[in-house]
Amino acid sequence: MSDLHTVNKSPFEKNSLDTCLRLSKAGSSILLYEDGVYAALAGTAASGKIAGALADRKVYVLEPDYRARGLKSDRLIEGVEMVDYAGFVDLVESCDKVQAWV
Amino acid sequence: MKFAIQVNEGPYQHQASDSAYHFTKAALEKGHECFRVFFYHDGVLNGTRLTTPPQDDRNIVNNWVELAEKYDLDLVVCVAAAQRRGIVDEGEAERNGKDATNIAPRFRISGLGQLIEAAIQCDKLVVFGD
Amino acid sequence: MSDKKQFMFLNRRAPYGTIYAWESLEVVLIAAAFEQAVSLAFIDDGVYQLVTGQDTTGIGMKNFSPTYKTLGDYEVRHMYVDKESLEARGLTADDLVVVPWEDWETEETVDNIVEVVDSDQLAELIEQSDVVFSF
Repeated sequence: MSDLHTVNKSPFEKNSLDTCLRLSKAGSSILLYEDGVYAALAGTAASGKIAGALADRKVYVLEPDYRARGLKSDRLIEGVEMVDYAGFVDLVESCDKVQAWV
Repeated sequence: MKFAIQVNEGPYQHQASDSAYHFTKAALEKGHECFRVFFYHDGVLNGTRLTTPPQDDRNIVNNWVELAEKYDLDLVVCVAAAQRRGIVDEGEAERNGKDATNIAPRFRISGLGQLIEAAIQCDKLVVFGD
Repeated sequence: MSDKKQFMFLNRRAPYGTIYAWESLEVVLIAAAFEQAVSLAFIDDGVYQLVTGQDTTGIGMKNFSPTYKTLGDYEVRHMYVDKESLEARGLTADDLVVVPWEDWETEETVDNIVEVVDSDQLAELIEQSDVVFSF
């Protein structure tokens, strides 16, 4: 078991993702939702952050938020998993605690 | 599993209340217990029955009310945050000499201790904010 | 439930520009009554909450910074400040409030519970907590 970190800010707007990545431990999970989903896109100036995190953490993106913003599946960084709200609930259930980087 | 939910933003301005609603609904549909939804900061604005969104938009306040009716959810609005932002029930109107109330059905106004109690009682606290 | 939980309050916002800092402080004050183990962490712009010399007379808002100095009386045992956030803002521990603490029963005293910690320490402290409050 380990922590679930949730990030709902675009990496281009705020440093929430940076701080989350700096202060989350190996083995923890990160869920990108709301404007946080933009961090899950390949080919952006921020892509390296998630690509780096995938080395020792699991990264999930909330599919309804991703789809709502017109983001295409083929732009998703490889290794990032899509979850729906039921999957979000499962992640919360299986973690030690949730830390929201609001 | 027993969840506590905290909502820090009002409806419409931020997605936070929508996200919290969808999360809570999904948790309840999976058979989990949602011990309490605590509305803090501008989140207390989710608790006014006077909200009137356009016909073709979702009614976030009603969504919460309907969810509470279906699952007997405890929707708690923080009293200190509510007083600052003009969310009023009958007790508050009487105490503070206000001539109206606006609290939505199924919502109740109570103290911050309700958030701390929920955090102690529940397995997980999930925070939705800006 | 009889066991104490480890509460961690994360503060990542500057004061006055928004109400988050002040209203989270109100939660911390209330939490004292529940006899849990309470720690605070100040990260990103949250470190600005602890800066001394705040003067709000010109903006008509309550200066709530003196309240931080009293947190030792409210069962708060640790106030961690993120070193990287502090340095990024050109600040040092000398710019921050001093918060004394005393255990009324054992008479144990601590001169200052404000402690600057590095990223690894902070990550560990956050992970060891049972509940993280974010505002």
